[in-house]
Amino acid sequence: MNVPVELKYSREHEWVRVEGNRAIIGITDFAQESMGDIVFVELPSVGDTVEAEEPFGVVESVKTASDLYAPVSGEVVEVNNEPVDAPEVINQDPYGKGWMIVVEMSDPSQLENLLSAEQYKAMVEEQA
Amino acid sequence: MTEKLIFELGSPGRRGVEFPAGDVPATALHELLPREYLREQSPPLPEVGELDAVRHYVRLSRMNFGVDVGFYPLGSCTMKYNPKVAEDAAALNGFANLHPYQPAELSQGALRLMYETQQDLAEITGMDAFTLQPAAGAHGEMTGMLMIKAYLESKGETGRTKVIVPDSAHGTNPATATLCGFQVVEVKSDERGGVDLAALKQVLGPDVAALMLTNPSTLGLFEDHIIEIADLVHRAGGLLYYDGANLNAIMGYARPGDMGFDVVHLNLHKTFGTPHGGGGPGAGPVGVKAELEPFLPKPVVIKQGDSYLLDYKRPQSIGRVKAFYGNFGVVVKAYTYLRALGGRGLKQVSEFAVLNANYLMKRLSNHLRIPYRRVCMHEFVASPPRECKERGIKTLDIAKRLLDYGYHPPTVYFPLIVEEAIMIEPTETESKETLDRFADSLIKVLEEARENPETLKNAPYTTPVRRLDEVAAARKPVLGWFPE
Repeated sequence: MNVPVELKYSREHEWVRVEGNRAIIGITDFAQESMGDIVFVELPSVGDTVEAEEPFGVVESVKTASDLYAPVSGEVVEVNNEPVDAPEVINQDPYGKGWMIVVEMSDPSQLENLLSAEQYKAMVEEQA
Repeated sequence: MTEKLIFELGSPGRRGVEFPAGDVPATALHELLPREYLREQSPPLPEVGELDAVRHYVRLSRMNFGVDVGFYPLGSCTMKYNPKVAEDAAALNGFANLHPYQPAELSQGALRLMYETQQDLAEITGMDAFTLQPAAGAHGEMTGMLMIKAYLESKGETGRTKVIVPDSAHGTNPATATLCGFQVVEVKSDERGGVDLAALKQVLGPDVAALMLTNPSTLGLFEDHIIEIADLVHRAGGLLYYDGANLNAIMGYARPGDMGFDVVHLNLHKTFGTPHGGGGPGAGPVGVKAELEPFLPKPVVIKQGDSYLLDYKRPQSIGRVKAFYGNFGVVVKAYTYLRALGGRGLKQVSEFAVLNANYLMKRLSNHLRIPYRRVCMHEFVASPPRECKERGIKTLDIAKRLLDYGYHPPTVYFPLIVEEAIMIEPTETESKETLDRFADSLIKVLEEARENPETLKNAPYTTPVRRLDEVAAARKPVLGWFPE
């Protein structure tokens, strides 16, 4: 299980890469592995606002469908269409080409509620 | 053994039947319809003789798997045997050839049957009134939630916009709530598989319209805090909606109405022995407590003196939800089932459903991981043993291998809260011998998983087609056939 140390993690298995006031968001290696082959992704549009801990999209595999939960609140400033057109990139490269949205954070202090790589790893291992 | 499509059989110009020449004057199509509505080419219809058509469909039917062929422990779906006597009753001339526009005074038998079915379902569930109109379970859910909405609006409670759904719920529950314009709030399950009361208390408030609950839950567990849950929801001003998918586990033992539910839907095909989807159509009757009765879809069958009639004078009704009176033929089958079993028989249905599930769970409990170690109801949820994970064996591989042993696999990957879930529901209609054979087969498959995992990864071997590529089917579905 790949859990890059430089990222922050939500309890709902999203990762966040912080760049200034912006948060790049995707789902973790553990999430893609447990969902299996992803076949459908629905993401918000640029200009939409997302609320921390509220759903911002949907990801579907042959096994299951899950809501995507926003780790932080803010405005969507970029959307990656690659996983929408070719959902397999999330399985192949969840932290790279599989990124989903970039959010201009309205309350960066919410980052403090997220998990470190070490904490996330511990949470996943406890669940398994 | 594969079968070509009917379009690929036959030969151009071949016909199954020859029509006699028409005895009315022919009119050219373009004189009847504007040109833009006429197709330019004939559709590529199959061109086969009668015998080839018959053989094609008979061959396909022999590839089909149903309860009449073998054991079908598909959890949550209740694939039990439907007694053939119900088909006999539904085929009776007076029922099968009854016209929906036939006046009430000439349809007294049919109306009486509907009335008595409403009464029986009300007694079994502890509700006050029923509609038989909805055509399926999910349709019943929608009907029920629209009634809740209408009821709340009639009381001026327009601020109740949220519906609470547990994380183990059927996917149709949040879908229904959303479709009816509510916002869905999920509550987590506790470590015993029930509703987490602390989490429920946190989300209850003046904005909550209802809690949708299945009891027993989709984990096959009885929600023993139900009275407390009902009390909490009612005190917060919300209503309780009962998803009757699992009523087959509690008939004659417990009633949703007594647990505090205000609205229930039933799936006649799960509990009352009518055919499932493919053999449908279905029926999803909805029952309500007296306070919600004015909102039932109209017409409702009522009794006045000795005669039965269709009551349309219901100003607060949410209106019709189905043409005519629902799928009447299905109701005839359920009525037959109710009358053939009677009260004691129905109680035995639930007793055997629960006994069979517990027997199988016990027999398999040293071979599968059982996350909730409690007495189960009519079904149970398990995960494959750890060594499967180590060998890269997924639940899907086990399910596929069971096909080679002649079984329809159990439900897999549901409920979502159990890792690699396998959900087994034997139903009450199976004998101990069948349950033992199935348990032996599943144990053998798990042995194969340890000793020769490749056998499972490439399964099935004996079916008309081998492992299907589900990923390609979802990512690049081919939904039509076109001549080359």
